[in-house]
Amino acid sequence: MQVIAPTERLAAVPSLGKRWLRDAIGVILIIATGLAGYWLLPDNLALLTRVIAIALLVLSIDLITGYCGVATLGQAALFGAGAYAAGIACVNGVTEPLTLIAIGAVAGAAAGLLMGSVMLRAHGLAQLVLSIAIVQLFHEAANKASAYTGGSDGLAGLMVSPLFGVFEFDLWGQTAYLFGLTLLVVVITALKFVVSSPFGMLCRGIKEDPIRIRAMGAFVFPVLLKMFVISGAVAGMGGALAAISTQVVGLDSVSFELSANALVMLVLGGLGTLYGAIVGTVIFMGFEHIVSAINPFHWMTMVGALLIAVVLAAPGGLSGVFEAISGAGKDARGGRA
Amino acid sequence: MLRPSIDLTATRPGYSMQTILSIAIDAFAYGMALFIICIGLSLTMGLMRVVNLAHGAFAMIAGYIASYAARDLGLAYAVAIFLAIIGTVIISIPLERLLYRRIYGSPQLTQVLMTIGITFCIIGITNYFFGPTLKTIPLPGSLSQPVDVGFKTIAAHRLFVMACGVIVAIGLWYLIERTDFGIKLRATVDNAAMADALGVRTQVVYAISFAIAIGLAALGGVVGAEFLPIEPYYALRYMVTFLVVVSVGGAGSIPGAVVACLLLGAVDTTGRYLMPEFGNFFFYAAVIAIVCVFPRGFLGRAQ
Repeated sequence: MQVIAPTERLAAVPSLGKRWLRDAIGVILIIATGLAGYWLLPDNLALLTRVIAIALLVLSIDLITGYCGVATLGQAALFGAGAYAAGIACVNGVTEPLTLIAIGAVAGAAAGLLMGSVMLRAHGLAQLVLSIAIVQLFHEAANKASAYTGGSDGLAGLMVSPLFGVFEFDLWGQTAYLFGLTLLVVVITALKFVVSSPFGMLCRGIKEDPIRIRAMGAFVFPVLLKMFVISGAVAGMGGALAAISTQVVGLDSVSFELSANALVMLVLGGLGTLYGAIVGTVIFMGFEHIVSAINPFHWMTMVGALLIAVVLAAPGGLSGVFEAISGAGKDARGGRA
Repeated sequence: MLRPSIDLTATRPGYSMQTILSIAIDAFAYGMALFIICIGLSLTMGLMRVVNLAHGAFAMIAGYIASYAARDLGLAYAVAIFLAIIGTVIISIPLERLLYRRIYGSPQLTQVLMTIGITFCIIGITNYFFGPTLKTIPLPGSLSQPVDVGFKTIAAHRLFVMACGVIVAIGLWYLIERTDFGIKLRATVDNAAMADALGVRTQVVYAISFAIAIGLAALGGVVGAEFLPIEPYYALRYMVTFLVVVSVGGAGSIPGAVVACLLLGAVDTTGRYLMPEFGNFFFYAAVIAIVCVFPRGFLGRAQ
């Protein structure tokens, strides 16, 4: 797996002003698209909120797979940890939504610390298998601890109090959606700072060539573990958002299937760019909503064919295609794993 | 995953010798069924360096063919197994030429995604043609009756699975360690460019090993159908199990795969008999413990 020569050019970082402009445009585009969804699809706000929650999960995978090169098929463990922590706190009387999000983030980060310290012991295939084993263990644990989690029936009856004491979480999900959209924008802005910080660059360096980074005198394990914790916090917030908006936490939020689907969304959108994670999630879940309503098995065939096509034709994902078309491909990007 | 074949009332406290024996026999048979399927995956992963998550999908295709041949056409069990292996290998050849050949030597993530994609497609198409119901492969009379082996009666099918497993293990060991083809295969694995330069036709070697791996998956899918029932989600449901077994055993190692299958089969079966309410808990706990101690699997090669 380890290649001595860098697999691709890490092009010069664009000038600071240009980068700010790009990021500002990206964030504004997300806000604009989100608001457009709010006005154009008022009957599907529950679905759109779900898309945002999953987008947070996909972003969290991007952090460790796209930026650090650690492939994982168990990220739903962190998502589920956040969802269950927020759900259990809510059932036990902590109903303030921002506090619940914070609880989800802390639980996700703790789970990320645990998962990272187990997964980073191995490399390559063993690492992938460990991630799967961890998510399956979390699944069994959530299933067994039915006194706290509701087991296979799910944890129901989350009564979230109004946001800031004013905005009720209504039946149409307007509050939940706008709340989620704000959360997503805040998270992605924060992550932009994280990935362009020296720490973020070090992570990319580790992805390209861990041996060289170690030879330079940097410690690889703590850096990756830190990214795992950040990634866990993001995934945990996604889980908490899903719990708040649907008022139910099901066992499917800690499943291998969710992890695998989220990874597929990430690859579809493009690894190593935060926007790719969001684009991939929106397109995947949009198609899923339409096609699986017709026949869930056609959906599987389509996803499969799509995956094969992406791997063969567009290894950089859709955002890679966009960048190639717009000629911006020479800008600094983590690129594919 | 495993249907208990013993009287469950016997598993109440005070486990008798009979219960322990029953568990041991079931665990051994289950482990051997796992082995026949997984050894093919172990070969593709260890020798060809391809993480083929679609391996289970080929076992599933074989199960469907065997079920169709034995149940709908009324052919004999042996003929059904033969047809299933041949049919699955024939289906796999264009896939190998068109898709797998492009991902030899790619990063693991690429291979994982491509083969998950292939799995999804196979599941969707299988369901379209055969429907979502569970398919059975009727056993011939000689395999469905119990056999007295002196200290205990065992279902003949379990003995058959064990025998298949032992034969596959010995046959593969002989093929890889003692034949000309095995020498070429090992040379190709160690250094493909050099083997090519010395006149080994590496593409042919890869194609043949891939066909052998798929044929073993097919055999395992049919004879193991009693343990891992054939249905459209088979490929996805057991994908993780197969991958886990191979990585625990160490990719490419036959003895490693035997040890891993027997150990994990025993953990799984014992857990299911004695504490069924804990599901897969022990299985995955054992996996994490083993992978943490042996990151390359029990007998994996250094990469």
